[in-house]
Amino acid sequence: MVRERASDRRPVRLHGVAPGWHSGSVPEAAISVRDLRKSYGSVEAVRGISFDVARGEIFGLLGPNGAGKTTTVEILEGYRKRSGGDVSVLGSDPAARDRGLRKRVGIVLQSSGFYPRATVRESVEHMAAVYPAPRDPSETIALVGLEEKRDTRAGKLSGGQRRRLDLALALVGDPELIFLDEPTTGFDPAARRTAWGVVRKLKELGKTVLLTTHYLDEAQSLSDRVAIVKDGLLIAQGPPSELSADRARYRISYRRNGQLAQHETDDPTELLHRLTGEALERGERLEDLSVSRPTLEDVYLDLTSEEPS
Amino acid sequence: MSTGALLWRQFRFERRMFWRNPSAAFFNFALPLIFLFLIASVFGSKTKDLNTLVPGIAGLAVMTTTFTALAFNITFLREQGILKRVRGTPMPPVAYFGGLLANAVANAVVQVALVVVIGHVVYGLTWRHLDVLELAVFTLAGVVAFGSLGIAMSHAIPNFDAAPAYVNAVFLPMIFISGTFYSTSSLPGVLDAAARALPLKHVIDGLRAAIVTGSGIGHHVGALLALVAWSIGGVTLAVRFFRWE
Repeated sequence: MVRERASDRRPVRLHGVAPGWHSGSVPEAAISVRDLRKSYGSVEAVRGISFDVARGEIFGLLGPNGAGKTTTVEILEGYRKRSGGDVSVLGSDPAARDRGLRKRVGIVLQSSGFYPRATVRESVEHMAAVYPAPRDPSETIALVGLEEKRDTRAGKLSGGQRRRLDLALALVGDPELIFLDEPTTGFDPAARRTAWGVVRKLKELGKTVLLTTHYLDEAQSLSDRVAIVKDGLLIAQGPPSELSADRARYRISYRRNGQLAQHETDDPTELLHRLTGEALERGERLEDLSVSRPTLEDVYLDLTSEEPS
Repeated sequence: MSTGALLWRQFRFERRMFWRNPSAAFFNFALPLIFLFLIASVFGSKTKDLNTLVPGIAGLAVMTTTFTALAFNITFLREQGILKRVRGTPMPPVAYFGGLLANAVANAVVQVALVVVIGHVVYGLTWRHLDVLELAVFTLAGVVAFGSLGIAMSHAIPNFDAAPAYVNAVFLPMIFISGTFYSTSSLPGVLDAAARALPLKHVIDGLRAAIVTGSGIGHHVGALLALVAWSIGGVTLAVRFFRWE
């Protein structure tokens, strides 16, 4: 495989601290994180992370296992205490464990259980009573697509259905901000599309979503902006398309004598013209010719690979 | 909804779930009664033996409905991540755990009442000396001591599969030395001292006074103080080492 890179490729934008993060720079921020640190004994799991999530935004947090994503999210959810830095969630410090804040936040954990003998409807109705202004439980069950299972006990649901019940329990309080930790793990492709539809509906309703996911297509498809965490540091953030653009704008690939050739360039017009011209001169065809944008996955793998780049 | 209303709601939810769980219903409701019927049948139902057995089974019922049930329950709720989910909601912990505890207390009260009624109706034990206030006081003292110890116990249990081993390691020796099924007046000195140091014997002694002998609370201040001491220890351990996940 021939793999060429355009010589004028711009460097990946790396953020230690992003611009414009002076005090109170984003008054409408739903989440604001400054130089967040968390140590477990002598191990520093989070080593100074800063980012903002605007209200109404879907923000994707990506990174390999053990990168510090879950630690970061659990600090924002109020489950863990930070070792250093400042954190604000809807204007409050989650470490204070203020009940008023928890009324405005919905949490879908990576794994959490239900009363196995309560039906879907009972579980959702029981949770709704805890909130001051809940959504209608039936409507919430419909939103996540569990109407047909509403009288089924939670213990009898399939993995994907349990995940949807998780989502229903997090949404029934009608929260402003929703944490989704790997919400579609174990879903089949159709169920994932349905779940994505729910997340987009949340955005239409003006909710803020902090999404943690292993699926990069999911992050690319849903997120307004993503941040990539590695080794406890934030190594890149921005809209998925811009992160991709930072790498190289276009990829041209084709097959020549059975061999795949790839070029990356910012100017596909000129390169295509040259490649096709040369092929015509030789009397050849460029088999499987395609022009594509690098995906978030390409960027992610590039940034998180262990080899020094 | 106020904290009190949420507690009541949680209690009612727990009641409904309890009756849907056949094994919990069995261990909490059927097991002490089966012990009562079997032992009364095997050893005959002489009044002297029943005077020991009926309060003994009542004490056993207090322990299974609170200590055993809560140790299992909290371990399950923690392992399943249900406690963690609750912690992420505005549910006040007082309301949630209050509902759980009220469920256990309800089971204990119903069980003690059942045992007292069966002792009278089935086995003809006289109610002439029945002291309802003393019965309530010792049931309550037992519930608080064993309930808090059950929650404390759950902190030591690493996972739900290990729960029966941990609970029975405490439960079985205690019921055999505490005069649950037979009189322990001739127990070897070491075991008698152990029984006196543990809470169950004091619950049973108090219940026997309330159900059988009619000697008032004033004669059982020592047993009550022992249970208060266990309650203080239990609540301290339950709160101090509490883990949500």
